[in-house]
Amino acid sequence: MKLKSVNGYERKFKEKNNWFIIIVVLLFVLFPILIKNNYIIDVAFFFGIYTLLGLSLNIVLGEVGLFDLGHMGFAAIGAYTTAILNTRFGIPVLVLLPVSAIAAAVFAYLVCSPIIHLRGDYLCIVTIGMGEIIRLTLLNNPFGLTGGPNGVFGISFPCIGSLLVVDNSLKYYYFVWIVVGLSVIALIRLQNSRIGRAWNYVREDVIAAEASGVDVRYYKLLAFILGAALAGIAGNIYATKLMIVSPESFTFMESCLLFCIVLIGGMGSIPGVFIGAAAISLFPEIFQPFAQYRMLFFGAVVILMMMFRPGGVWPRQRGQMEIESVFMRAKKSVM
Amino acid sequence: MNKELQEKQDKILSDNDLILETKKLTKRFGGLIAVNKFDLKVSRGKISSIIGPNGAGKTTVFNVITGIYQPDEGEYFFKGEKISGLKPHQILSKGIARTFQNIRLFPNMTCLENVMAGQHARSNSGIWPSIFRLPAQIKEEQMIKEIAEKRLEQVGLSKYKYELAKNIAYGNQRMLEIARALASNPDLLILDEPSSGLNDKESEDLMNFLNDLIRDNLTILLIEHDMNVVMGISDWVTVMDEGKKIAEGKPEDIYHNPIVIESYLGKEEEEED
Repeated sequence: MKLKSVNGYERKFKEKNNWFIIIVVLLFVLFPILIKNNYIIDVAFFFGIYTLLGLSLNIVLGEVGLFDLGHMGFAAIGAYTTAILNTRFGIPVLVLLPVSAIAAAVFAYLVCSPIIHLRGDYLCIVTIGMGEIIRLTLLNNPFGLTGGPNGVFGISFPCIGSLLVVDNSLKYYYFVWIVVGLSVIALIRLQNSRIGRAWNYVREDVIAAEASGVDVRYYKLLAFILGAALAGIAGNIYATKLMIVSPESFTFMESCLLFCIVLIGGMGSIPGVFIGAAAISLFPEIFQPFAQYRMLFFGAVVILMMMFRPGGVWPRQRGQMEIESVFMRAKKSVM
Repeated sequence: MNKELQEKQDKILSDNDLILETKKLTKRFGGLIAVNKFDLKVSRGKISSIIGPNGAGKTTVFNVITGIYQPDEGEYFFKGEKISGLKPHQILSKGIARTFQNIRLFPNMTCLENVMAGQHARSNSGIWPSIFRLPAQIKEEQMIKEIAEKRLEQVGLSKYKYELAKNIAYGNQRMLEIARALASNPDLLILDEPSSGLNDKESEDLMNFLNDLIRDNLTILLIEHDMNVVMGISDWVTVMDEGKKIAEGKPEDIYHNPIVIESYLGKEEEEED
């Protein structure tokens, strides 16, 4: 019934869009088969991890507009939960995937409840503090659990019995990208639900959102909890891939990189996260000789972005008119 | 106001069904008393107005009633139920929707999405139904969209459905905000200076629109600066000055009330000079 109201233009866009998605998915599926280079596949794996982390921060920063510069802290909670429970109690890593998500989510709930009313830069500073406290706590080896600066090592491979053991680059690649794919589907559905809209209402105008019946506190917390859960999942996969977790993987700089992913791609835009994550994880590999200037490069990119394209490389498109204008722009740039 | 008149007016009010009532509402900002023991009565199915010079505390009254500010003293009742101390979103679910003096839309979202906000409190799909697209959620989304489209059509903005709210004209933005408030199916609609920034034609259209709403069993409470507007459509007018109620009554009585002329109209004339 609804299809009737879709006019020709929108339908054409949808078809184009579907083809685009199919091509992208095919690329991701076939890529490691065509390129049999383990190093490149590993790079693509980390691209996946950054995408996952970017998606998780995108919920908090992109959808709700909450400045969270301690997001790596949630990933650390997930990674350490996996590492400790796996090495101490031998619980399979795959079982720990949801456990890590829940641990990070519970942590986010406890920590963010008292600070959720803070606005803008105030929240930003508190989250920086939170991220640093997590890192320093891990560094100080509480109860002999986290192994201090050395971290925890000897994390096992994810496996389903002995049928399928994820033990090489190729399998890890598919593992992480399947998780990314499922997350993207879930997040797109959330974006197009009353929850996603409520998040956007809060970002656009808190007071108007409240007056329109949105429980602002609840939706801000929900964003943090979901964002943390997804970061926890990323932490779990990261830990099993490296087989070691240590505090230096979860520094403030990493949180800043996640922030860059969302800003470069465009706040609240899922395709944008892919572009941002690609920029963060692939460019240093491509420009390896300049690796030490990575931060300088990102700094410059973010400044230029803010000046010339504050909406990001691929801002989220809304409604029919916007779709139209994107095509106009694309056509113009082609000509 | 003499006692006899007061009693007479109380009688008129009590004969009607009260939908909103505030009792000795007081709000202070530091040393400043913005609203001072303010009693307001709003009858069901009528258009009531609050008028008063700038800084009289009108908007503060609205902000307290809609939960944005908490009152320092006093309480207020909606449909006989005490609603003081509730949060804005809870007030909205009780059935009070509002607009703002300086339009507050969701600028980077489409007009349709803006209006869909009104239905947020009337729907309840959670995370899992949304992620798994359960039938109930799909049905609810469709319902939200239909109601929003209906409201957009009611204010004549259907053609801007997919346009971003920030891109439409000022007058349309005002109507969009009203559509958003209406989308929550409220019993009481509170409008804060709805005609400010509109030209004469637009405000006349707006007044006709509000009159139509009243026929649909809605109650309207509005703040207005424009005396012509207020006198034209209000059934009941409350005059505020310096946080206090200085008069109330039917528009024609208020129009000739010497206290009102002195404090409100008199001052405005001086300003204009």
